[in-house]
Formats: sequence, structure tokens, C-alpha cells
Amino acid sequence: MTLLGLYNYWIVVVLMMIGFYIVIAQGNLVKKIVGLNIFQTSAFIFFISLAWREGGTAPIALPGVTEYANPLPHVLILTAIVVGVALTAMGLALVVRIHETYGSIEEDDIHQQDEQQ
Amino acid sequence: MRIRNLLAVTMLTGIYSLVVAVLFVLMDAPDVALTEAAVGAGLMVILMLGTIALTTREERRHSMRHNLLALVVVAITGAALIYATLDMPRFGDPEAPAHVHLSPRFTQESPEEIGIPNMVTSVLASYRGIDTLGEAVVVFAAAVGVLLVLGSGSVRGRKSRDAARRGAGDEGP
Repeated sequence: MTLLGLYNYWIVVVLMMIGFYIVIAQGNLVKKIVGLNIFQTSAFIFFISLAWREGGTAPIALPGVTEYANPLPHVLILTAIVVGVALTAMGLALVVRIHETYGSIEEDDIHQQDEQQ
Repeated sequence: MRIRNLLAVTMLTGIYSLVVAVLFVLMDAPDVALTEAAVGAGLMVILMLGTIALTTREERRHSMRHNLLALVVVAITGAALIYATLDMPRFGDPEAPAHVHLSPRFTQESPEEIGIPNMVTSVLASYRGIDTLGEAVVVFAAAVGVLLVLGSGSVRGRKSRDAARRGAGDEGP
């Protein structure tokens, strides 16, 4: 069955939509960032699953082995993980700053205070 | 059941990152798994713990809004993405485009060319070194951003410095 061979993409899509839903529907800013994180890891899983190859091994040269996973997506995702955590740090710093100004990290509280001004 | 305790949310995020790291090991990506375990489960959890220590540990009730609209948007996007996957190569297919173009070049020639058995390191530091430079620039920019938002040069830093100065003045003669 060829359709079942696509299950890795479906796992990625499900995780991505969970993250997307949290980002849209959650009012709590810390939880929004957790949603962003889930969205991000789904993209990582997508790339790493593209790099995986049946019958291959990890891309570290061994005598007698000719089939390896593709090292290029691994490199891209190594970079993306570090960039992702840098962006998370930036987002969390903004959350701390918003909490100092508004006294809340709930989205509707913040909107309410903005409308009153 | 909904979790309102943000400390529990942080712990679950760490566990999720570890599970993803295990998935990476299973898909033959040990370098990525190590980074994900160290950065995702380690650093990310520390950053989130710091944030909830500086803000609040409990989520207020009734903060979930626009449930139905969000669900519809997410369902439509998800359906479109699932439809798009039908054209993708099978999981692990050795004939997939990802395995026939650049991959043989890297896996067959980089051990001799660079002299390191680990191909991920060769590609990261040599063939795609500019990417790594770009990564360093992004990390630097994020560090500058965090310092501008929270550091001593920000409004917040000036306020706390003024408060400290006032406090020292009160204690003086």
C-alpha cells in the first residue's frame, strides 16, 4: 500500500496543526510560545524524515558501508534548532516585559487595558 | 482536562523535546538528536522556568477564545497539507530526490576531502560554513534583542537603577 508509506508526513501535519491551533486559540502568552515550539519541531521532524533512507545508517563514515542518511537536512536542522531557541528567548523576554507593563500575560487582559486607555 | 499550571506546561515541553530527540535517533540523525536534547529539553526549559518565575505560575481561567473559528482554520490548513503530501515520495524511499542529487556527493567524497568521518560536521563547518555564520549572526541579534528588552539599557533597567540609587540616598546621612 503506497499511501501508508506517507505516514511520516501525516504525523508532521498533525503536530504542525496542533502548534498552529495553540498559537491562534490560546490566550496565554507562555502557552503561545510552547505552541510555536511544537510547530517548529514538526518542521524539524519533516526534514529529518526526508533525510532518512531505508537500509542506510547515520552519516558517519564506516568501512564497508555505502548507504547513509542524507547529511544536508541534518545540517540545516542543527542550524534551525539553535536559531529557534534564540527566537524563543527573544519571545520570552518580550513576555516578561509585557508582564511588567500590563501586569498580565493573558491576551484578553492586555486588549482590555489597551481599549480603556 | 486542561493544565493551568505553567510549571507543568514547562515540564511537558521538556519531555516532548526529549521524545522528539529519540525520534531523531531512530531516523539516523544522532547529531540533531544531541542538539535537540541539549537545547530543546535543556536550555528551552531553563528559559521558560525563568519566564514563569518573573511573571506568573498560574494561567487565569477563560483565556481560550475563538475556539470554533480557530478549529475551522486549522482543519482547512491541515486538509490542504495532507492533500499536498499525496505527491511526496514514500518514507525512506532510496530513490527519493533527496537521496539522488547532493547526498551521494557528500557521503562518498567528504570523508576524503575534509578528513572527518562525520559528514554532518564536514557539511556544517565547510561546505555550508556560510549558513553557520548566518546562524551566529541570528544568535547575536537575538542576544542583543533580549538585552535591549530586559537589560540595564532598557526602561526597566533604568528604573531599577534609579530605585537602587534612591534607596542608597535614603540610607545616607
